[in-house]
Amino acid sequence: MSLFFRDLKLSVRAGGGAMIGVLFFMTVVSVIPFGVGPDLNLLARIGPAILWIGALLASLLGLDRLFQAEREDGSLDLMLMQETPLILTVFVKCAAHWSASGLPLVVASPFLGLFMNMDELAIGATMLTLLAGTPAITFIGAVGAAVAVALPRGGLLVSILVLPLAIPVLIFGVSAVYAAVEDPAPFLPPLMILMAITLFFAVIGPLAAAAALRHSAD
Amino acid sequence: MRLLVEGLSARRGEDLIFNDISFSLAAGEALVVTGPNGSGKSTLLRVLAGLLQAETGKISLKDGPPGFEHPHELSHYLGHRNAMKRELTVEENLSFWRRFLGNSPGGSGIDLAAAAEAVGLAGITHLPFGYLSAGQQRRMAMAKLLVAYRPIWILDEPTAALDAGADRLFAGLVTSHLERGGIVIAATHQSLGIGQSKTLQMTGFSH
Repeated sequence: MSLFFRDLKLSVRAGGGAMIGVLFFMTVVSVIPFGVGPDLNLLARIGPAILWIGALLASLLGLDRLFQAEREDGSLDLMLMQETPLILTVFVKCAAHWSASGLPLVVASPFLGLFMNMDELAIGATMLTLLAGTPAITFIGAVGAAVAVALPRGGLLVSILVLPLAIPVLIFGVSAVYAAVEDPAPFLPPLMILMAITLFFAVIGPLAAAAALRHSAD
Repeated sequence: MRLLVEGLSARRGEDLIFNDISFSLAAGEALVVTGPNGSGKSTLLRVLAGLLQAETGKISLKDGPPGFEHPHELSHYLGHRNAMKRELTVEENLSFWRRFLGNSPGGSGIDLAAAAEAVGLAGITHLPFGYLSAGQQRRMAMAKLLVAYRPIWILDEPTAALDAGADRLFAGLVTSHLERGGIVIAATHQSLGIGQSKTLQMTGFSH
């Protein structure tokens, strides 16, 4: 619990990078209308997909520092030594990371949805799917961050490692939103699958990340 | 309580760093590890702290508190890096470690103000850790040893970057820890200034 609040505090202090993700998200999404042109129907149609892609990329942005910062100042050594299971420590760190950088994305998404000329239903569905899906990206990313913890320029590597695993999250996230907007397709099944993916990675992610951290010690 | 190390050896990549090291430390005893750079002092300490796998040999604890299989769960490790966040204040850093580490059975840590007092830096705990000088940062990292109780202290060149006054102060901390029945293992180039202690001379291997 103390770890959770410490990580939250760190992320909002100078250089913490909690807002970087949101800023990136806003930049990506707000440029799209200029690039695509003022075709409101087209914007509304691609809106959910753009929001999801933006959120995916934004949440990958700060992930590489998740364990690297701890390793650089020696905190990781002390965390590895404790009686507290490392899996739990990793899980709490992921939860704090998501609260600091994933949750703001969810909160920002309705405003960006307006940019994309999406209606209320589509905005609501996007928010809901982002809420259900972004934790999975954080948990998957934790594995990549743990593998790349010893590499000085691991940032891009983490994104490349993580992206293939995050694709299912994107697919089901976007398809759930479209299901909500277009009539014949049912909304619930893709949302359920999305939640299942999140829960699955909430278990597998910390487990794999903890194993990777144990072996990274030098 | 007794810390037993038998036939320990460790490897880094292809090279054997040290081979067949054995010692035993009872409560209240200290071990000073000396040797030239690259002789494996830090590696030995990291193996003892459970951060590196030993190639052979084992580390065990006799008559320790029940429920602890690995001595590293009962150890403080003070490495080259201070394990403190520059962005947070000293107080936030220390109170985090105090709560995160918790106390080992058989003792309790002292409160933050008293720990800052003990390292001679009372009154600046409200500053961000990054504002302190290297020596002050090191002293605050030592205060971390005091806020949560651990019977075993593993110290890797604890007095680097410290002035003579801080050396003496640190010797005092180590001595009082030993008097309370703790165990100290320290790698160092300077003498720690503590009473009698066992020494282990690391020679390293010539290639």
